[in-house]
Amino acid sequence: MIPGIAADFSADTIVTTIVKAVLIIVFLLTSVLFAIWFERKVVARMQLRPGPNWHGPIGLLQSLADAMKLLLKEDLTVTRADRVMYLLAPMISVFCALLVFAVIPFGPSVTIPFTDYATPAQLTDFPVATLYILACASIGVYGIVLGGWSSGSTYPLLGAVRSTAQVISYELAMGLSLVSVFIMAGSMSTSSIVESQTSLWWFLPLAPAFVVYIISMVGETNRLPFDLPEAEGELVSGYMTEYSSMKFAWFFLAEYIAMINVSAVAVTLFLGGWRAPWPLSMIGDGVLNTGWWPVLWFLAKVWVLMFFFVWVRGTLLRLRYDQFMVFGWKVLIPFALVWLVALAVFRWAGLAGVTRTQMIVAIVAVFALVMIVLWLWPDKKAPDRPAGGGEGPDGGFDAFAGGYPVPPLPGQTLQASPRARRTVPPAPQAPPADVDAEETR
Amino acid sequence: MSGGEEVLFWVLAPLMVIAAAGLLVVRRAVHAAVCVVFVMIGLAVLYVVQEAPFLGIVQVVVYTGAVMMLFLFVLMLVGVDAADSLTETIRGQRWIGLLLGAGLAAVLLGVVAQATFPPSVGLAQANAVTNPVALARVLLGQYVVAMEVVGILLVTAALAGLVLTHRRRLGKKPTQRALAEAKVAALPTGRQLTPLPAPGVYAQNNAMDTPALGPDGRPLEHSVPRVLRIRGQQRSATELLTAEETLVQHIEPDRRTPDETEEDR
Repeated sequence: MIPGIAADFSADTIVTTIVKAVLIIVFLLTSVLFAIWFERKVVARMQLRPGPNWHGPIGLLQSLADAMKLLLKEDLTVTRADRVMYLLAPMISVFCALLVFAVIPFGPSVTIPFTDYATPAQLTDFPVATLYILACASIGVYGIVLGGWSSGSTYPLLGAVRSTAQVISYELAMGLSLVSVFIMAGSMSTSSIVESQTSLWWFLPLAPAFVVYIISMVGETNRLPFDLPEAEGELVSGYMTEYSSMKFAWFFLAEYIAMINVSAVAVTLFLGGWRAPWPLSMIGDGVLNTGWWPVLWFLAKVWVLMFFFVWVRGTLLRLRYDQFMVFGWKVLIPFALVWLVALAVFRWAGLAGVTRTQMIVAIVAVFALVMIVLWLWPDKKAPDRPAGGGEGPDGGFDAFAGGYPVPPLPGQTLQASPRARRTVPPAPQAPPADVDAEETR
Repeated sequence: MSGGEEVLFWVLAPLMVIAAAGLLVVRRAVHAAVCVVFVMIGLAVLYVVQEAPFLGIVQVVVYTGAVMMLFLFVLMLVGVDAADSLTETIRGQRWIGLLLGAGLAAVLLGVVAQATFPPSVGLAQANAVTNPVALARVLLGQYVVAMEVVGILLVTAALAGLVLTHRRRLGKKPTQRALAEAKVAALPTGRQLTPLPAPGVYAQNNAMDTPALGPDGRPLEHSVPRVLRIRGQQRSATELLTAEETLVQHIEPDRRTPDETEEDR
């Protein structure tokens, strides 16, 4: 048994490991097929249209048909492409995306039906498993970067550069939010972190870190509202513009697996992993937390997060690139850092023997102090904006006085527009020269 | 070394050596960077195999994931694409380089020849409380001052980087509101609030040089990019429409054009 992890892999043989690895890959590939259908169906529902409904029952086989189409399409290679990197990039993406699930626990120790053989429902685990997930994510970016670069075209390169900047920035915030869980759980192994959430799931006490993680996980997977590397309206489709057929399908696959990955990490670290949600966990003295039941809870939680991804996509608009970077570096990372320091102080106080009452008093005192300072802080002076409308040269209301048209305020009356004024028949004795001047104006 | 470890080493080590040698041979900077990435990941795997999982993973996260990625970033943006020029910037640098390389090889060979590898001592004891915890006790207990000094050094370097690359803004940064107001204020000068219309899409033609048709059926000249208009490279919509109508006539001689329908009425 490896020290520092909760799961016991001592009964595992090489055969068990291979079987588990194959099962994980099958699970991921079928999940991606389902996820594409799920996303299209849910987004369609949100946009009041039926979505895929033709192939198979309720359109379930649509993604299978799409995958077949991609397999059979012509595999184009752009003339200016760098052949080796062009082929390597999608491979890196998929490979790294597939690696993450190796350390995700689907459940506690499970018994294979009709035998006595028990094994953890997890491929492997080690004391730095969560860091390993971050490492896989950071190598996965190479697929995007090299794919964009090797296409030898402008839009893919721009998409690749954006994506690098984005993933590096948001991985910092993500890492910081994960550190809070390490501090509280006292371990970086996934099975131990799930073990530490027996009584309380971390998303409640570590709510700020959870929020930071949820935001940065959307940024990390290049999804709306943070889908700047793809940005259909600006970059065609970013780093995968020049890809077609199966190579494109690999990128597509990697993107959806990455969504499932980050959801699974959120579930494992913050949402209690495979543990049954509260009212269910009380039934029969925790019988629903044993055997094969936990796999169901784990999958349910992952799919709730996947629904969140789709919901966000259906609701929010894409951010502008500079706003996005400012948000990442000037809001998310400082916030995560401050929260981390506060949590470290709290934890240290707990270890140093400060009682809970004293801590609560201290927190209330600090909160009150901050509130008083904020209250006494001088108000920001409102900028002097020129009033919209004003007095015209003839004394009436001039809608254009502030530079652009505004409606009249109460008490002011809007003059007839030049066009309305034009309908007034001209005085019969007006000289014709004036009429010309009026027309040319 | 146990059996599995030995197999992994003899599979990985030659590949790493090939990648490292490739660094010298490949002509494109990005390929060289990818070679380095491969060596780094191989090294990380070897660390993990030798029961230093924390070091291995951190090697990937920090060096491969961040440092090397920034290198690649710069390479891609600067476009160091062509092969490096082979002219010497320092006189005789090749000979100096060869001499130093030979010296290093001699030292390394000497070390390898003299080294004996006794079985590792105290590894299990050091990793008894798990590798990251043991490492944390050493780094943040025994060497805490050194850690802090390195931390301060790195923060100073990062700040220096910020200060050296900082450029003071000449004017105030326009806010989104100011930009919007300027746009509206420019309305009388003929500027549009909305984006420019996209070039036209016809049954047989979809290109940047063909104007779109407005709701009234007249071509919108400003839907063709300005550069093409200045060069005089835009095509007229009438020409395209005539060509398409001729084709329709050719395929379906019975079909009447919109103009004829109107005449009949």
